[in-house]
Amino acid sequence: MTRHTDAPESLSRRRFLKAAASTVFILGFYVPLGRRTASAQTPPSETPAPNLFLKIDSDNIITVISKYFEMGQGVVTGVATLLAEELEADWSKLRFEFAPNDVATYNNLVFGPVMVTGGSASMAGSWMQMRKVGAAARTMMIEAAAKKWKVPEAELRAENSTVVHTSGKSATYAELAADAMQLPVPQDAPLKDPADWKLIGKNVPRLDSAEKTDGKALFAMDVKRPGMLTAAIAHPPLFGAKVKSFDATASEAIPGVEEVVQIPAGVAVLAKDSWSALRGRDALKVEWDTSGAETRSDEQIFAEYRQQAQGEGLVATKRGDAGKALPSAAQKLTAEFTFPFLAHTPMEPLNCILDFDGDKAEMWSGCQLQSIDEHVLSEVLGIESKRIRIHTLLGGGSFGRRGNPLGDWVAELAQIGKAMKSRAPVHLLWSREDDIRGGYYRPIVLHQLEAGLDDSGNIAGWQHKVVTQSLFTGTPFAALMVKDGVDHSSVEGLADTPYQIDNFNVRVYNAESPVPVLWWRSVGHTHTAHVMETVIDELARMAGRDPLQYRLELLPEARDREVLQLVAGKSGWGGSTGENRGRGIAFHKSFGTRVAMVADVSIDEGDFTVDKITAAVDCGVAINPDVVTAQIEGAIGFALSTLLRNRITLKDGRVQQSNFHNYEPTRIREMPAVEVHIVQSAEPPSGIGEPGVPPLAPAVGNAIAAATGKRMYAMPFSLKA
Amino acid sequence: MARIELKINGQDRQLDADPQMPLLWALRDLLDMTGTKYGCGRALCGACTVHIDGEAARSCSIMLGEAQGREITTIEGVSGPVADAVVGAWRELDVVQCGYCQSGQIMSAITLLSKNRKPSDEDIDASMEGNICRCGTYQRIRAAILESAKKIGGDQ
Amino acid sequence: MGMRRTVALLRSTVTSIALLSALAACDGREKKSMARPEADPGALRAWEQIATVLQHPRCLNCHQVDTPLQGDDGHPHNPRVTRGPDNLGVAAMRCTNCHNQKGNNPSSGVPGAPHWSLAPLSMSWADLSSAALCESLKDPKRNGGRSAEDLKKHMGEDKLVLWGWEPGAGREPVPVDHASFLQLLTTWVAAGMPCPKE
Repeated sequence: MTRHTDAPESLSRRRFLKAAASTVFILGFYVPLGRRTASAQTPPSETPAPNLFLKIDSDNIITVISKYFEMGQGVVTGVATLLAEELEADWSKLRFEFAPNDVATYNNLVFGPVMVTGGSASMAGSWMQMRKVGAAARTMMIEAAAKKWKVPEAELRAENSTVVHTSGKSATYAELAADAMQLPVPQDAPLKDPADWKLIGKNVPRLDSAEKTDGKALFAMDVKRPGMLTAAIAHPPLFGAKVKSFDATASEAIPGVEEVVQIPAGVAVLAKDSWSALRGRDALKVEWDTSGAETRSDEQIFAEYRQQAQGEGLVATKRGDAGKALPSAAQKLTAEFTFPFLAHTPMEPLNCILDFDGDKAEMWSGCQLQSIDEHVLSEVLGIESKRIRIHTLLGGGSFGRRGNPLGDWVAELAQIGKAMKSRAPVHLLWSREDDIRGGYYRPIVLHQLEAGLDDSGNIAGWQHKVVTQSLFTGTPFAALMVKDGVDHSSVEGLADTPYQIDNFNVRVYNAESPVPVLWWRSVGHTHTAHVMETVIDELARMAGRDPLQYRLELLPEARDREVLQLVAGKSGWGGSTGENRGRGIAFHKSFGTRVAMVADVSIDEGDFTVDKITAAVDCGVAINPDVVTAQIEGAIGFALSTLLRNRITLKDGRVQQSNFHNYEPTRIREMPAVEVHIVQSAEPPSGIGEPGVPPLAPAVGNAIAAATGKRMYAMPFSLKA
Repeated sequence: MARIELKINGQDRQLDADPQMPLLWALRDLLDMTGTKYGCGRALCGACTVHIDGEAARSCSIMLGEAQGREITTIEGVSGPVADAVVGAWRELDVVQCGYCQSGQIMSAITLLSKNRKPSDEDIDASMEGNICRCGTYQRIRAAILESAKKIGGDQ
Repeated sequence: MGMRRTVALLRSTVTSIALLSALAACDGREKKSMARPEADPGALRAWEQIATVLQHPRCLNCHQVDTPLQGDDGHPHNPRVTRGPDNLGVAAMRCTNCHNQKGNNPSSGVPGAPHWSLAPLSMSWADLSSAALCESLKDPKRNGGRSAEDLKKHMGEDKLVLWGWEPGAGREPVPVDHASFLQLLTTWVAAGMPCPKE
């Protein structure tokens, strides 16, 4: 990954300051600090100069610069809450902007050096940093007022973006900004006592609600550049196929079509508008070279995985000796779980815009992994990273898709931009069909396991195999996640289960395929949680114990147990459910956050309906409980589609799904009533964007088992098989 | 190509375009009204919902020739007590997450409440069936529609 | 699964209506045709061919109870739509939301024709056998109050009906060409609209 050490001198930096100058001239916090090249003066730390994270307008509007990408998870509201809390800012006058690509300044403190939003880590990464920035700015404002009015700082207080003196005299931050900017930036401004918090832990309204309800919100899809052409690409029908030849006669005859160019990814049709580009793409005749392409069906892939699981594999966890313990177990359970390919299908299909003059480039994108996208642009366009400016825009969903370490669609954009030789700015538009057939799926996963109970119903041993494609191998993040060939993301939530199991062996088998795969909201936990929680539940039933009690006894950590107890209490666990109904429980820890769910389902005509989900969550300090609640509600709506029907299947290598009619997300009538309860906590915040996904499947599956006796070993669920 | 006359948000707009062009792309690419979103292009997701003569319409599937001469309203132009109540409730309840589908959700909700001031849960589900929210904000969509009904007096 | 229950309920209602009208037929003018023991075999053969058209997804998909079907495989319409009071859907889920009156939309693939709608509930053909469909077609209570000549006109000229012969790319047309279909209809009507026995 590219590291910027000269950020203040780079093109991106200068452009950023220039753009800012036109909006907040003079009173902007940035001006003198900018000249002093703040980030050169203070190396990247948890307390960068305040101008890099906020600016103050002449009418006292405060703009928070978010280095995190908003894809719906509420991150800009969270980042702004932390900053505004310490700054004593007036929430009604707060705005946000996305930071430019500048990894030196906007390094992700959890994964860095890299500019990325992911791993449900934005609040953890912001928790100290943004509060310190706010506290530093507040301190500078008070100091500036004290000097101006020649009064002791102790007689001043900050509130609502204003400094007030005991005499009643006051000045807005905007009025104090010019003086404040002359002061040194304090490195250790004191943080507020949690008892004095006015915003953290309160339900401040989302910063992006207004613009997302009047049509003004700007997504990459909405960006226009003068003379811009829209590009649609004919992608190979099989993963790994390449263009052999093509005939663009029919495409070029379509009014509006301007150019047809071959690129490594396929054939791109460029037109004056989106409709003509899509029609032009449909009219192309392309012959494909399919040697080396994936031609298997997903059934064949599963069959090969079963073969592979006969082998040795790699050791992910070896605690005790399950192989020795299992033969003498009083009761045994063997199970195989299957998980299909899944597409992310964010509502805004992938798209991005490039303006390239042969020397420097600007890109507009719902950008989740700026460092990678910058690197990809630099490689393909053959220009230095510092000649590249990325404008991050609101993302119409992502669920992992926009954070591809290979930057697949950005590479396509750059390939087209290069082929176009600066003739026009290009908007690359993926259709929904491109999105669903475009790969980078949650991989197919096969789990096989054997678990045994002793005479008292305790777990005697547990042997487990996981076959899947590695997500991290071959990416710039491999060193973070892959150790001795074991990709932790293949077994996270399983190999590191919080359940106390003494004889516990997990092996992992890395599969190969030309089908590209990618993290998908909650990554490995999408499958490990379902396996763990289904098996624990079944073992509890085999042992004749209550599934809640069984779990509580196996969890040594108090925080784990507390979440389960909270959900049990709120859901009426233990009460009767009535005929053709079932109640199931599940618990899973991911991204530092614990979530427990109780599902109520009804069974009718061989099908199931999820009536209600009661959830409890411990994510440390809930910076905005309403956003936390919304993320759990949304995760349930999102994940439900994977139990109901979603799967990408291959026939002779061809993806059989194409749009929302055969890859149909959850619809409103299927949405259960959701109740979310948050554990009060003083611990630092952990993730919330992803942890709501993993426990849904097992909670619902266990409820179905309670009602019907049938265990849901395959996703999506079927009561018929 | 043909001369197309459209009435959008109370204004007359003229275009030279193919009558088979979907209204969606004319709005977005030719008229620069980008609040109406492309999600599927096949009338499956509802992100492109607008109003035509007061009825909800999927602009990806309505051709310019069909829309010509009729009253078209987009998210940028909604007004009146029902629209105010819906947009207000959407904001009060912080319904949005990524927000990409929400123009369409709001347009459908306004149509529903314009015709049925006191919708039941089943009415809501039946009317909002065509609007997909991948972020899964359905619980709040339901709540915001019920809240809007209250505001316009539909619950009395 | 409230939807399924509603459909089941409506289906049973339709069945009872069908039963009632069958009983009513016992003393009506159909008595004559029922009394006629030997129907014209040529006309019956014509009917069987007519039935292959009417029972083809292009016709049958919208002669349903509450939710139309879709596609050559006749799956439930996606997104789910319901009949509503005027056979055109409910509030924000109306046929005209997507279906153009001016014809098929080649971009979205959504079919279109004038007055695109569900056939009235009385004209539901869901789950009807050829014999039952035949009886329902003759029954003014279940054919939209049409005489034999009205039926010929409906199937000969109605733009929505004619769409079944030119449904657009990706959709199979009905199995008999339109001219032959009208011939078959004429033969069947001329013979007194005989119906096969169950």
